[in-house]
Amino acid sequence: MTYTIALDQVRPEDRDRIGGKGYALSFMAGKGLRIPNAMIITVAAYKEYLARTGVGESIALEINRKMIEQLRWEELWDAALRIRNLFLRTPLPGELKASLSREIASKFAGRAVVVRSSAPGEDSANVSFAGLHESYVNIQGTEAILDHVRLVWASLWSDAALLYRKELGLDIATSSMAVIIQELVTGNRSGVAFSQSPENPAQAVIEAVHGFNQGLVDGTIEPDRWILDRKTEAILSHRPADRQQAIFPGPSGVELQPLPADVAARPPLSPPEVKTVFKMTRKAEELFGSPQDMEWTLCKRALFILQSRPITTGEPAEGDDKRSWYLSLRRSFENLKALLTEVEGKWIPAMIAEGNELSRAGLSTLSDAELAGEIDRRQAIHKKWSEVYETYFIPLAHGIRLFGQTYNDALRPVDPYEFMDLLGGTELISVDRNRLLARMAEMVRGNHTLELAIRAGAFTEKDRVFDAVLEEFARRYGDLGCGTDRCFQGNDALFALILRMAAAPAVRERFSHAGIEERREAYLSRFVGGARNRAVEILDLGRASYRLRDNDNIHLGRIEGALLAAIEEGKHRLEGRMGPAAHGLQPGDTAQALRDPHFLPRPEMPAKEEITGAEEISVRQIRGQPAGPGVARGQARVIVVHADLLDIRAGEILVCDAIDPNMTFAVPLAAGIVERRGGMLIHGAIIAREYGIPCVTGVPRAVEMIKTGDRLIVDGYLGIVTIEKSSDL
Amino acid sequence: MEELKNIRVILAELLRTQKLAVLSTVRSDGSAYSNLVSFAAPRPENLLFATTRATRKYANLMKNAQVALLIDNRRNDEADFHEAVAATALGRAVELADAERTAGLATFLAKFPFLAEFAHSPSCALFRVDVERFIVVTKFQNVVEVRTSP
Repeated sequence: MTYTIALDQVRPEDRDRIGGKGYALSFMAGKGLRIPNAMIITVAAYKEYLARTGVGESIALEINRKMIEQLRWEELWDAALRIRNLFLRTPLPGELKASLSREIASKFAGRAVVVRSSAPGEDSANVSFAGLHESYVNIQGTEAILDHVRLVWASLWSDAALLYRKELGLDIATSSMAVIIQELVTGNRSGVAFSQSPENPAQAVIEAVHGFNQGLVDGTIEPDRWILDRKTEAILSHRPADRQQAIFPGPSGVELQPLPADVAARPPLSPPEVKTVFKMTRKAEELFGSPQDMEWTLCKRALFILQSRPITTGEPAEGDDKRSWYLSLRRSFENLKALLTEVEGKWIPAMIAEGNELSRAGLSTLSDAELAGEIDRRQAIHKKWSEVYETYFIPLAHGIRLFGQTYNDALRPVDPYEFMDLLGGTELISVDRNRLLARMAEMVRGNHTLELAIRAGAFTEKDRVFDAVLEEFARRYGDLGCGTDRCFQGNDALFALILRMAAAPAVRERFSHAGIEERREAYLSRFVGGARNRAVEILDLGRASYRLRDNDNIHLGRIEGALLAAIEEGKHRLEGRMGPAAHGLQPGDTAQALRDPHFLPRPEMPAKEEITGAEEISVRQIRGQPAGPGVARGQARVIVVHADLLDIRAGEILVCDAIDPNMTFAVPLAAGIVERRGGMLIHGAIIAREYGIPCVTGVPRAVEMIKTGDRLIVDGYLGIVTIEKSSDL
Repeated sequence: MEELKNIRVILAELLRTQKLAVLSTVRSDGSAYSNLVSFAAPRPENLLFATTRATRKYANLMKNAQVALLIDNRRNDEADFHEAVAATALGRAVELADAERTAGLATFLAKFPFLAEFAHSPSCALFRVDVERFIVVTKFQNVVEVRTSP
């Protein structure tokens, strides 16, 4: 059986087996437009691979782990990562490999190629899905080309594709992927062209960069931009770019290089060349009967069309802006590096300064009206920083993904999360805080007199060393009792925690510098020359992203703690007037009640939805996602409100909805972690890996289905939580 | 775990659509013994099956009434791993007599009319399993326990 088809052999009925992109290329070639030499691997190869290797059912198992609508963006990325690793690690079956190798060798022997996706149905959609699937540029050698074919196949199940699965009709039984193998044209100027501007139907848009157009497509390089009149072909405007760098082929793949001053000084296209590109897009538009979005390159003055597809006017995120926000998280290395500089240089210091200012401000001396104003002010500050967090900090998490992908591509590990071990031990503030707690516990462990003094709440002169550490703790980390729901004053809860930590064996952190160094070398040894420098940079970015992902929450937590402290002070004052009802007030109502003695609070929110017949139906085993390897057995400690954390006993399994770094002080006492929120990048998973604690995330309705005291088995290898019944024991 | 709310519907559908179950009984030496039986479920907590009295399972049941029945909708293809539902019913089997047997047979034969000769034979016994609980597995590894009303 043959799995490939040459461009000049394509017939109209082949469209479904070669995809829209491949079909458009063959159509243009047939009409005499200049297209690079290419062949297409049909969907039959993809289907054969899935069926023969079992990869198809593995994908089905992966995407049916739980209802896909319930998956958060972190979980979507995890699912896509695992699927990608599956393709990376599963070789082509012998016959398929032999057949494709023969075809590739006979057509492209010794020449570099571009490996492009061409999914059937992709271009017929009413909305634009550009960039959901991968293409790889400058790939040489049959083995490498076949490796990248598998990666293009894997991108059918990319996180972005999973996000738009409904619109794409993504389905394991019917979806497939063809792959275009295209000879690399080493153009020195490239770009995209819209035969009709999406903003003005009377105009066309040409964008161009020096070198290859990968930088333009992923947003790394700003292009020169021309607007033309479609009728007269006149250039209406030219917006030059700040041309400093360009993408050129490296030893393998492409790399960003500085532009020589003389090249940088001139636009990539002369005005006549702009018109030539425009004419080419018009020709394609006439051929296809609709405006075209075209990628092109100029090689020794010859203009090549790399791909062309209809311009789609709909936004992919219609009615759901959260998805376009999610897509915006996929950023290039250069973009992330700039973002990291901004976050570390500007936002984090400002956030720390604001947190310090708030924690210094006294509340007890304020009048009721002033306190109400202070609550409003702190709410506004908290809102501002929450927005900064969403805009600047969350996208930085993509640095971890970028590193993960680089690591997995180079090492193809059995465990797709092995790369996380290289990110551990990056001086997380929460781990630092836990070390100070452990130090206090250690002081108590061997000192019965101190233990008694703590229990009695009366320190003597002899305990001043402990007292000093306690003061340092309060100064650096504030009150542990301040969570997302309310704040508790005083040290009682902290003392209780320290006493419990002292009664339990000391907890070790999992990462050692030697271990990390060894893994780092294993990773870097896969790269040589310039690629090695790049690999180091990507690792550094990954480590910084990882560290900040946790630490920024601690800083935000301090600001939130200051807000809660003000609200708590207000509730305390209102208790005299309103009784215990004051503690049920919403934050805005607290300020209102302080200002207006006749204020009546809004009724409380309705209780959570009940599970029908729950008294007779009980969950025995739940499948989530593996997030920290190991198996733990113990009693559940379900965290419903922040204060529940302070009740944790050594050896219990921490069960929570969503843990944040302000809550992770309880983790060293826990034997395992179960969390409703899913993903490897969530804080529960990060801290669990730091201590080597088994962890399962993405467990739907965890805090509703598990009760404090239930006996649990947490299988962090497979992502399974089992609730043991007394009848089974 | 979206199946939790619908678990009774999923279970009822499984009991309605499946014809065969794997019945496990206990041998006199305490070891397990399994075989296929056709079953009917007038209610989820009562499963009916018929067997001749010369069988090993009948002998086992006379000594120990504890049984497990496995009912599932697998199709023996790869999709089973994420699509198949399996329910294990745990309970005690009681041989029916007189009016109970007559009523039970009517229910059993409504589902399996072609087994009339077999079921009406004097050598054939009709059993009702009083199910104490079901253990229902969906999506490969989600497990829910359903206790039936006494």
